[in-house]
Amino acid sequence: MDSVRSDAPPQALKILVAGGFGAGKTTMVGAVSEISPLRTEEVLTTAGVETDDTTGVDAKTTTTVAMDFGRITITPNLVLYLFGTPGQNRFWFLWDELATGALGAVVIADTRRLADSFAAIDYFEQRGTPFVIAVNCFDSMQVYTVEQVREALDIGAHVPILLTDARDRHSVKHVLITLVEHVLVMVRAAVPAG
Amino acid sequence: MSAAFEPEVDGTAWWDHEAGPVVRPYMVTGGRVQPVTADFDLISHVVAVQSLAVDTPSPEHQAILALTQEPRPVAEIAGRIDLPLGVVRVLLCDLLLAGLIARYDPPSTDDLPNIDTLQAVIHGLRSL
Ligand SMILES: Nc1nc2c(ncn2[C@@H]2O[C@H](COP(=O)(O)OP(=O)(O)OP(=O)(O)O)[C@@H](O)[C@H]2O)c(=O)[nH]1
Ligand SMILES: [Mg+2]
Repeated sequence: MDSVRSDAPPQALKILVAGGFGAGKTTMVGAVSEISPLRTEEVLTTAGVETDDTTGVDAKTTTTVAMDFGRITITPNLVLYLFGTPGQNRFWFLWDELATGALGAVVIADTRRLADSFAAIDYFEQRGTPFVIAVNCFDSMQVYTVEQVREALDIGAHVPILLTDARDRHSVKHVLITLVEHVLVMVRAAVPAG
Repeated sequence: MSAAFEPEVDGTAWWDHEAGPVVRPYMVTGGRVQPVTADFDLISHVVAVQSLAVDTPSPEHQAILALTQEPRPVAEIAGRIDLPLGVVRVLLCDLLLAGLIARYDPPSTDDLPNIDTLQAVIHGLRSL
């Protein structure tokens, strides 16, 4: 019987890091991961929509969709995996795969292009995935306040918004703690007290 | 949200409305497409059952066995051996069927995260 193994894997939890093109997803995963972030790829063949060949063999283009992968060991039995979502928002089924079973998500909003984060915000809202918004300030001076960003993104008061530097380990740690605390509040609200 | 997963007879699924119909290529796998391989979650852990596999069919299978001498999640395996996830899932399926690896899945996605676990994560992150 090998039902009891000494090399049993740790409990695995998943957190997503999403955001628009160049928002700082890879940087954020790298800032807290204990391994240098890996690039995990999925190769997809997109069949031409216009094809009248029912086999769909013609007119295919191959697209590589990449996600970032990082790891934080909490205890020997508990590991957090970080996934930076692919830059191309249009491959939603990959997002579905990433979001399935995820503890929550960080949406990076780049102050230069706030609208780029709308797609990710909509996605997690619709899916009911808990998320926080990390406002990545590329300019050395902070140009927006949290409340200005909240208004611009039309985000409810219950969703935490933080000003962040994706390159800074301490700052990203704080984002992750805020996310898990947010999840805890939601779980507590869902579980009847007693 | 996963209503898009409806494979058609020819294996082409209308995965994504914007992206169009999408299929996954299987070069290393000799064209085999095994729908069950989708079972391997990104964070399912895989560990080699034996330290040496005598009859391992390909260098790619060997590479996976070498990597999984300690438990590793599927996404990490794909990243480290630099093969697309879809391909890695088929190779993992081969190894599983050959009894060369064991697989450990994350808890069911329907379960709410456990409060004690969340607190452990917060505590762990604080003391990083
Ligand atoms: N000033 C500043 N630069 C940053 C910050 N975060 C990321 N960068 C830089 O912005 C650039 C893009 O960051 P990435 O982490 O590659 O962004 P990404 O979201 O992974 O980009 P894609 O994967 O291409 O969508 C890099 O040159 C980073 O060094 C930040 O907080 N402040
Ligand atoms: Mg990136």
